[in-house]
Amino acid sequence: MHPLHNVRPDTCARLLEVGGERPFRRRLMELGFLPGSELRVIRNIDVGGVMEVEVRNCRVTLRQNEAQALFVTAMDCTKPGCCDGDRRNGH
Amino acid sequence: MVIAAMGTDANLPLVAIAGNPNTGKTTVFNLLTGSSGKVGNYPGVTVERQMGRLRLDESHAARLMDVPGTYSLSSRSAEEQLAIHALAGIGQFELPELVILVVDSTQLTRNLYLVLQVIELGMPLVIALNMSDRVSATGTEIDAEALAAELGVPVVPLAATKHEGLEELRSVVAKTLQKPEVARTTWRWEIEGAELQEDVRAVAATLPPDWYGNSAKRQDALALWSLLSIDDEDELEHIPPVLRKVVGERHRLASKTAREIDREVIAGRYGWIDAHAPRFIKKLTDPAKSLTDRIDEVLLHPAGGFMVFLLAMGLIFQSLFTGADPAIGLIEDGIEHLGNLIEALLPAGIFNEFVVSGIINGVGSVLMFLPQILLLFFFIGLMEDTGYMARVAMLMDRVMKSIGLHGRAFVPMLSGYACAVPAILGTRTMERKRDRYLTMMVVPLMTCSARLPVYGLMIAALYPPDASAPFAQGLLMVAMYLFSTVIALIVAAVLGRTILKGPKVPLILEMPPYRMPHWPSVMRMMWQRGKLFITEAGTVILLCTIGMWFLLSFPRDAAASGPAEDVVPTTDAVQVGDAEQGAADPEIVAAGSSIRDSYAGQLGRWFEPAVEPLGFDWKIGVGVIGAFAAREVFVSTMAVVYDLSEDEDETSKTLRDRIRAQRRPDGSKVFTPLTCLSLMVFFALACQCMSTLAVVKRETNSWAWTGFLFAYQTALAWIASFIVFQGGRLIGFE
Repeated sequence: MHPLHNVRPDTCARLLEVGGERPFRRRLMELGFLPGSELRVIRNIDVGGVMEVEVRNCRVTLRQNEAQALFVTAMDCTKPGCCDGDRRNGH
Repeated sequence: MVIAAMGTDANLPLVAIAGNPNTGKTTVFNLLTGSSGKVGNYPGVTVERQMGRLRLDESHAARLMDVPGTYSLSSRSAEEQLAIHALAGIGQFELPELVILVVDSTQLTRNLYLVLQVIELGMPLVIALNMSDRVSATGTEIDAEALAAELGVPVVPLAATKHEGLEELRSVVAKTLQKPEVARTTWRWEIEGAELQEDVRAVAATLPPDWYGNSAKRQDALALWSLLSIDDEDELEHIPPVLRKVVGERHRLASKTAREIDREVIAGRYGWIDAHAPRFIKKLTDPAKSLTDRIDEVLLHPAGGFMVFLLAMGLIFQSLFTGADPAIGLIEDGIEHLGNLIEALLPAGIFNEFVVSGIINGVGSVLMFLPQILLLFFFIGLMEDTGYMARVAMLMDRVMKSIGLHGRAFVPMLSGYACAVPAILGTRTMERKRDRYLTMMVVPLMTCSARLPVYGLMIAALYPPDASAPFAQGLLMVAMYLFSTVIALIVAAVLGRTILKGPKVPLILEMPPYRMPHWPSVMRMMWQRGKLFITEAGTVILLCTIGMWFLLSFPRDAAASGPAEDVVPTTDAVQVGDAEQGAADPEIVAAGSSIRDSYAGQLGRWFEPAVEPLGFDWKIGVGVIGAFAAREVFVSTMAVVYDLSEDEDETSKTLRDRIRAQRRPDGSKVFTPLTCLSLMVFFALACQCMSTLAVVKRETNSWAWTGFLFAYQTALAWIASFIVFQGGRLIGFE
């Protein structure tokens, strides 16, 4: 289990925990960031301190420092062409 | 504003149209209502509300009410609360007979979350499955009939930008209005767990009965809404204290047993969606890299993305700064010709002057803003419609956050360098009131194009004619831009931490897929903005112009019988004038003495003690008053005060020489370098623009905020000029 903010781009992960203030958690969950959901980091821009994450086919930009409150675990992505994970896993 | 009075017959059935942001809801609304759409405000808040007449068939119509786009009905602020109030008919809202939910087929699962909430309210519902032409590109297929069967409400596939499915939607809405029960369905998911059921029961019992009428379903739905929306730090309105108390108790009780009510409810809805989605969303192929991916690889590239961003912003700024000039020139010429025509038609006298210098000049000063407003909203509409605005907000987030502003504030701030009026109108792209207000309070500090003629005149007066120092002159101009920017950033940081302090808002920004802009919607928005500006802010600007004309031309002096337009500075004085035109023209001398004796002149003399510590004399004071009509007018007012033709401009030798030659009664020079610098600093900071104030009044709907803007800018300008002038003298400058 590790925080979302330093997950590399083109990586799939499973969301374990949504932390942070209640309105932040609630809005994220309403957009589909529920514990157990699969997500994919699209890009992670250190210069701007922001990252783009895809959940349920919907893309959302978060601040890296606020994404520290979200915890994910690595997962085996089975979708071909989805992320770097499947290439590593030999799909 | 009464809802029923929004230009449509109150006895027609009310239909609400709602949906997530970026689903094409506005396009659907525009296509359904045609030209009947009217923009107004929701009662009590400055959130725009569109109403229009929805033609159903030859003999039937309905009123269509646009509900602000939202991902969920749960809310944190009074603005967000509008959606639930509008859909459930709470407070001043009338209960709609039917809801049209515009849904993005390419992001169906997320959109269904809002669908479930509306179903919970027990509202008859028709789903407009928009963007159905784009589903295949995502490698999926949506079975609209299966979706309708699963949801229990009518579903109409739509491709609004291609005008496909609209007639079908009209006829389904017409049929449903006749038989609403076919579109009313039961809760899709169950509230599971005895504890959560008890939470809902307890909260439902404390809801005000007029919120839910006699619908038990809506009572439970509003109990869920309350459980998810109310907390200690929300900014909701009209929440009964007892409801607030009970919701707080339920949350505290839940946390004792490590339960999280929000998560249970949200997971309940998504549980239904995830379980049923495979029945109507068919996965065909895994999509190739989407167009959006490929575009974003360039536009959001850590280095290349910023280059493209700078180019795009440069283009917008350049268009506002110079691109609008030909149109502004045309308007000025037209107004001038109209003035000349009317002046010749009417008998000479005060009425003639009133019409020409007051009214026609005033109309001109309103219309002059139109080209820049239309251009800015063209770019904003384009960026919103294509999806680039979300990328701008993403790229600028770190910079704007550091001064307490939203990433979207960047475009209005940048436009402020051209003109504050369109920039303030542009703050509408931000959802939160606090973000809008903070941006509006600092945008007038940006160096707008109207300040340039004043700086030009002062810089020219600073440097002797023979000493050509183009480098130093240019440097001083750049320094003025930097100065105003730095001050604006500081003011934003200070206001954002004091009177406009808001809760820290985390960034959750949807990145919509790139789409081709829907040109009619972009054009329609430009048109509506322009119309709103003219009808609402325009009248105030017109009245102010007439007021300024009065101040500058009354009381009438017997000696000053020259034509009025020589007395009243017009905004076209910035154009290159005839530098050789004589200063000895007796008529102009008369005009000068008339302005000196006018109310504005008297006012200038009256507050000379207030501006003396800044190094100004009363003549500059009159110029400062005259500049309130528009900053560039300062140049022509100074020309009139110094008995020159008003055609002088900042490059005119005569005016420059005249200004350099000005002496105080004790024989010392008026325009010393220090006075020029002090005056430039004053113009950089002072709220010298009644049009800005008129627009701020219109956007905030508050004289208090308008007054605050004027007061803080004037105070800031006075203090800064005082420091420059007195401090400069202390260290030995003159």
